Amino acid sequence: MAIMEKVGIVSYGANIPRWRIKVEDIASIWGKDGKVISKGLGINEKSVPSFDQDTATISVEAARAALKRCNINPQDIGAIYIGSESHPYAVKPTGTIVGEAIGATPDLMVADYEFACKAGTAAIQSCTALVKAEMIKYGLAVGADTSQAAPGDALEYSASAGGAAFIIGKDNVIASINHTISFTSDTPDFWRRAQRKYPSHGGRFTGAPAYFKHITSCAINLMRNAGTKPEEYDYAIFHQPNGKFPVSVAKELGFTYDQIKQGLLVPYIGNTYSGASLIGLASVLDVAKPGDRIFLTSYGSGAGSDAFDITVTEKINDLFRENAPSVFQMVEDKEYIDYGMYTKVSELLFWE
Amino acid sequence: MGEGVARFWREIPQRYNFIGDRCGSCERIFFPPKESCPFCRRKSMGKMKEIKLSGKGEIVTYTIIHVGPEDFEEQVPYPIAIVKLEEGPQITAQIVDCNIDEVKIGMKVESTFRKIRQDGSTGAIYYGYKFKKRC
Amino acid sequence: MRDVAVIGVGMTKFGELWDKSFRQLIAEAGAKAILDSGIEGKEINAMYVGSMSSGRFVGQEHVGALVADVSGFSNLHISSTRIEGACASGGLAMRQGYLSIASGMNDIVVVGGMEKMNDVLGASATETLATAADQEWEAFFGATFPGLYAMIATKHMHDYGTTKKQLAQVAVKNHANGALNPYAQYQREITLEQAMNATSVAYPLGLLDCSPVTDGAASVVLCAAEKAKDYSDKPVKIIGSGQASDSLALHARRDICTLDSTVHASKMAYKQANLTPKDVDVAEVHDCFTIGEICAIEDLGFVKKGEGGKAIDNKITTLDGSLPVNTSGGLKAKGHPVGATGVAQMVEVTLQLRGDAKKRQVKEAKIGLAHNVGGSGASCTIHILEAM
Repeated sequence: MAIMEKVGIVSYGANIPRWRIKVEDIASIWGKDGKVISKGLGINEKSVPSFDQDTATISVEAARAALKRCNINPQDIGAIYIGSESHPYAVKPTGTIVGEAIGATPDLMVADYEFACKAGTAAIQSCTALVKAEMIKYGLAVGADTSQAAPGDALEYSASAGGAAFIIGKDNVIASINHTISFTSDTPDFWRRAQRKYPSHGGRFTGAPAYFKHITSCAINLMRNAGTKPEEYDYAIFHQPNGKFPVSVAKELGFTYDQIKQGLLVPYIGNTYSGASLIGLASVLDVAKPGDRIFLTSYGSGAGSDAFDITVTEKINDLFRENAPSVFQMVEDKEYIDYGMYTKVSELLFWE
Repeated sequence: MGEGVARFWREIPQRYNFIGDRCGSCERIFFPPKESCPFCRRKSMGKMKEIKLSGKGEIVTYTIIHVGPEDFEEQVPYPIAIVKLEEGPQITAQIVDCNIDEVKIGMKVESTFRKIRQDGSTGAIYYGYKFKKRC
Repeated sequence: MRDVAVIGVGMTKFGELWDKSFRQLIAEAGAKAILDSGIEGKEINAMYVGSMSSGRFVGQEHVGALVADVSGFSNLHISSTRIEGACASGGLAMRQGYLSIASGMNDIVVVGGMEKMNDVLGASATETLATAADQEWEAFFGATFPGLYAMIATKHMHDYGTTKKQLAQVAVKNHANGALNPYAQYQREITLEQAMNATSVAYPLGLLDCSPVTDGAASVVLCAAEKAKDYSDKPVKIIGSGQASDSLALHARRDICTLDSTVHASKMAYKQANLTPKDVDVAEVHDCFTIGEICAIEDLGFVKKGEGGKAIDNKITTLDGSLPVNTSGGLKAKGHPVGATGVAQMVEVTLQLRGDAKKRQVKEAKIGLAHNVGGSGASCTIHILEAM
C-alpha cells in the first residue's frame, strides 16, 4: 500500500439525463403502494435517458465538462478507461468514441471496463497507477451507465442513467488520492448473462454477504492503511443502489448522515450504477474546500469494492468549477415522463 | 439500412468536433469544410486551414417535426433548427433538452453530444451534434 | 439561336394510379403529346425525360432508353436522355430539349417527365423525397423535406408577419383550381378551416400545406419555331428559358426566405424574353408547400419580398385575379409526381395560352410562366411562353 500524495484528480465533470420518472408512477403500474416503496427504497425518482442518450454520450458530456473546468490539452491525455455495464456495443469500445469526441486520439491507451457498479472506480485506480508509473501524463476515468431493469422487477424502481468523469494526473491536482485499495471475492449477487437484455439478482443475498461485507471490509482496510478514523473525513461516499444501503453502511462504519449527505444522490436520480459513487464524488467536489478529506467506497456486484482516501488541495480554488453545471444543478434541471413514455424510451413498445 | 460505415466515419471530425476550415485568403470560415473558398476560389487553393468551431450559436429558424423519418419516428414531435454558429457558418440540427414551446428564433444554443441515428438494431451507431439552450 | 415552340402536350391523370406502372404512365403521356402535335415517330430527333428517383421508387434506372423503348421507338434508335434535378427534373429536361433545338442540333424533340411514387410505402416515399435535401448535413440530422420548407415558413412569418391563415389560403385557392382540372389528383375544394386545422406535419405546415405523393407523367413536343405551323394550328413559343442553382442545403443560403435560384433563373428568362414580371398573364409556380408559392411570387418579382402573404389576402393570384397562379391546381391539388411536375406545368401554361384550359381558362392569357424548383431551392428552371 503505497502513499501517493502527488497523484490525484485534476478535474472532474458529471452528466445526468434530464428525464425523471417517479418511483410512485412505476409502482402504480404494478399495483404496488408507491409511497411505501418509495420510502422503503429511499428513492423518490430516477433519471431516464432520452432516445439519443447512452453510455457513450453521457461519458462524452461528462468528460467535456471536466475539460471545460481546467486548461489541459486533451492531447496530453494518455489513457481513457470507461467503466460501465451498459456499453452501447458489446464489441467495439466506448472509449474510442470518447477519445475522438474530446480530441485525445490517437496517441493513447483505451479500454472499456465492466465490473457491475464499480467499473468507474476501477478506471480511476488504473489511471492513478499509470500516472504514478509515469507512463502517461493524464488519464481519463469515466463511470457511466444507462442501466436496464426488467419490467416489474425490483430494480425497475432504481436503475437509472448518469455518469462522471475524472482527469487523473500529477499537475494542478485538486484532490490528491492518498490511498486506494480494493476488496474482491467471487460472490454472485447480481449478474447479466451474455446477450441478455436484463440483469438477474439474488434478492436479499445482495445485502449482507455482498454489498455490506465488501464495503465494510474494504473501508476498514483502507482506514487501517491510511491510519484514519471516520470522524477525520469531511465527506463520505458509498455506492448507492438505493437510499437505505449507503445510510446503513455509513452508520455501521461510524460515519454520520451529515458526512454522506452531499454525495448521496440516489433519492433524486436513482442508481446510476457505474456512475453512482462517482457522481457522489463529483457532487462533493462541487462544494469542497482546500483541506477537506473525502472517503469513498464503491461496490460492484460479483463482487468487489474500491476504497479511496482523498484530500482536497488549494488548487481546487483555481479550477473553473462554474464552467460546467454542478451535480445538484443537473438534479434540479429535470422533466418528468410517465410510465408510457418510459416503456417507449426503454424500447418495450417496438416489436420489429 | 445496410449502409457502409465509411460514409459516417469520414465525417467524425465534423460531427463530433465541429472541424471546419478557414480561407487563408479572405479569412471566411466554413462548416462543413470546403475544398476551396467560393469567394476567393483559385486564390484559396491550398490555403484552406482546418479550424475547430465552438459549437455555440443562435437559432435562425426552426420547425417542429411531427412526421419524422423512420429513424426519428419515436422522437416526434421534435424541433429542428438552422443554427448560426458564432464563427459564421449555419448548420441544421435537432434541438433537445427543452420544451418544444421554448424554441424561438434568436434563442442562444450550444452543442451537446448525442446519438443521431443507427443502422438498425445490429448496425453501427452514429453520434454527433445536437443543440440545447445555452446555460 | 433558334426560336423554339411547343407543338403538342399530353399528360396522364395525376393521382394514386394503382393499376398503372411507371412504363405505362410515360408511354401514355408521350403518346398523347405526340398525337396532339401531329408529328410522326420517325421525325423525333431526341428525347429528354425527367425523373427524380426511378431507382428508389420503382427500382429502375437507365430510364432514358426505357422511355424510348416503351414509346415504341426502340427500332428507331432515338437519342434519349434521362435528366435528374430532384423535383426540378421535369423543368431541367424541358430546358435540355429547348437548348438542343435552339442550338440547331435538333428540330423535333419530345420531352417527358414522370414519377411512380405509390409503388413504395409512404415512409419510403418520404425518405426518397428527402434525398433532394442535403443527405449528409440536413437529412442525417433528422430534417425532413417538409421540415425544410417549414423552416422557410417560420422565418417568413417572423420576418414579414406572414400568417398561417395566408398559407392556408394558398391551399384553398389551389384546391379550388384543382376542382376545375380533370387531370388533378384532388378535384375538390377545401375550406380555410380544414386547411388551418389539418394535422401538423412540420410546424407551421399542416397536412394541407403539403403537396401529395402522386403517380403521373406529362409530355410536350418541342419544335423549331419556324416549322411549328407545319404541325400545329396553335403553337406556343418559348420566349425565355432560365436555370440556376444554389447551395444544396437550406442553411447555407444568403437568405432563408429567398430562393436565389428562382431570382437568378427568372432574371435570365425575363431578360431573354425582354419582359418584366408585370407582363406575365398566368403562372404555374412550384407550390410543393404553400410557403413555396408565397416565396415564388416574391422571388419571381410579381410582388415585393415579404408581400407574398398579403398578395394572397388581396386575391391577386386567384383564377379571376390580376395574375392567376397555379390554375391547374398547382402541385398542391393537381398532385406532385416529382419528375413530371416541371413538364406538367408546361402542359398547363400551353393549354392556357392556346385557350384550351376550359373551365379554368384565364381570359386573354398571352404570356405564361412556368417555375419549377428542385429540393429546397438548389435548382430552379423558368420558362416563359407566348402564344404565336
